Amino acid sequence: MTPKKRAALWRIALLVGAVGGLEILCLSGHIDRLTMQPPHRIVMDLVALLAGGELNGAIAKTLRNAALAFVIAMVAGVSFAVLLHYLRSLRDMLDPVFATYYAIPMFAFYPLLIVLFGLGDTPQIFIGAMLAVVAVIVNTLNGLDRIPRVLLKTARVNQLSAWDTARLVMLPCAAPHILTGAKLAVAYSLIGIIGAEFIMSTGGMGYEISFAYMNFDNAKMYPLILLILLVSIAINTLLAKWEKILMARRGLS
Amino acid sequence: MTSIMTTSKPITPTRTPSAPGAAQVSLRGVDKEFIRPGRSGETVHALGPIDLDLRRGEFFAVVGPSGCGKSTLLELVAGLSTATRGDVTFEGKPIHNRIPDGVGVVFQEDASFPWLSVRENIAFGLRRIKIDPKERERRIENALAMMGLTSFAHSFPAQLSGGMRQRVCIARTLVTEPRLILLDEPFGALDQQTRLLMGDEVLNLWRKTGATVFLITHALDEAAMLADRIGVMSARPGRLIDIVETGWPRDRDSRIVQEEAFGAITARLWRSLRAESMKAIGKPEVEP
Repeated sequence: MTPKKRAALWRIALLVGAVGGLEILCLSGHIDRLTMQPPHRIVMDLVALLAGGELNGAIAKTLRNAALAFVIAMVAGVSFAVLLHYLRSLRDMLDPVFATYYAIPMFAFYPLLIVLFGLGDTPQIFIGAMLAVVAVIVNTLNGLDRIPRVLLKTARVNQLSAWDTARLVMLPCAAPHILTGAKLAVAYSLIGIIGAEFIMSTGGMGYEISFAYMNFDNAKMYPLILLILLVSIAINTLLAKWEKILMARRGLS
Repeated sequence: MTSIMTTSKPITPTRTPSAPGAAQVSLRGVDKEFIRPGRSGETVHALGPIDLDLRRGEFFAVVGPSGCGKSTLLELVAGLSTATRGDVTFEGKPIHNRIPDGVGVVFQEDASFPWLSVRENIAFGLRRIKIDPKERERRIENALAMMGLTSFAHSFPAQLSGGMRQRVCIARTLVTEPRLILLDEPFGALDQQTRLLMGDEVLNLWRKTGATVFLITHALDEAAMLADRIGVMSARPGRLIDIVETGWPRDRDSRIVQEEAFGAITARLWRSLRAESMKAIGKPEVEP
């Protein structure tokens, strides 16, 4: 068995052990029902919630806004990283900001964003995108820094414009690093959107989780948390598979 | 095999004897200076003055000690860099920091795009050329066949050996049907046997395409085997101190390394180069 397969088996065993342990603790009454439902119950409630369709609107709103935040973060992050790659002095100026960026409590700006963008979804999307964008910038820059000079010379020999060089050489070359940024951006976008909905919103999964939390409605809260987890894992698995294909082509898997 | 002719030229900057107008590439009084990084305004005289004519269809190699500016010379001819002084022209037109049409470059390092298949890598060379799809396919198929890559067309560079990856880069240059092919130590990273075989392939494509080839190499035997003429450069600032005409027939291959004359050419190159190489490593030659 390969080390990777062995690690995967251990990971599954650990997960099954943790969920099984939680199931036993819940069923035996060591964790009371008011605190947490047993895992099998959470899954059943999730299926019921999805089948009933009562939260479909909230789920769609959150996923749509998270997707928007993710796309904005990717487009803005990759474009800005390419710009910074060319403008060394601007990059030197901003490097310390990137290093300390995640120490900034982004949600504290929510009231200001409401003043700026109104009470709609825009402030939430803005927060999601702002949380995700720096992960994209930092990882893209990391990839761009590692482009072999000879590939850039080849671009010049083939008379590529700056735009075509970025599009056809720099970004494909940096793709594995950009994908790492994308994986982080998925998580940050979801955290940003759900966190913002949690604080001040009238809809979305974050709002529903917050509402259920306030009302001790475990039959709604935990299934929604599980759903977020599943969506995040599914997207990350897809990106990881894509990354694996890219790396395999380059002989790096 | 025909006899070898080595011209006895003086050890001074040399101008080739080709008639005015016959040269495809011309360098006149070319100098290159770099600003030394980290030291305000201090310049390094890297190259020159160089006067050189490349004749249309010839195979010209340049040898010289490490750091003498061989690759800088190639970059000037390629339009990847601009001369501090002097003129570089290709087919009579000045080269100003822009790759002229009809010029292809193959570098020492692996320049294949790892995210593209062999076929896509080769097709990449045709991006700047507007040709109809049939002609495009014909050129790609020809380049694949000429470089022995047909059965690897859908492989990725990571699945190929170093020599095959270099052949992909040569094929990418070939599809553009260049009139001047610049090779910057293209076999530097390969083992000796592969280098000899790659040399045969380069000679073969030189004959088939009729292009002028300008080869930069640190290997004297490689230059002696491949070139019609060999320019020997001094230590920095690199100048041409000798030009050796090999007199090889056009249909030569790597078997000429067995010829007596091959040893004579290599010996002549080393005689011209030894003192310069000593200078380059900071040990000026002392006469015994």
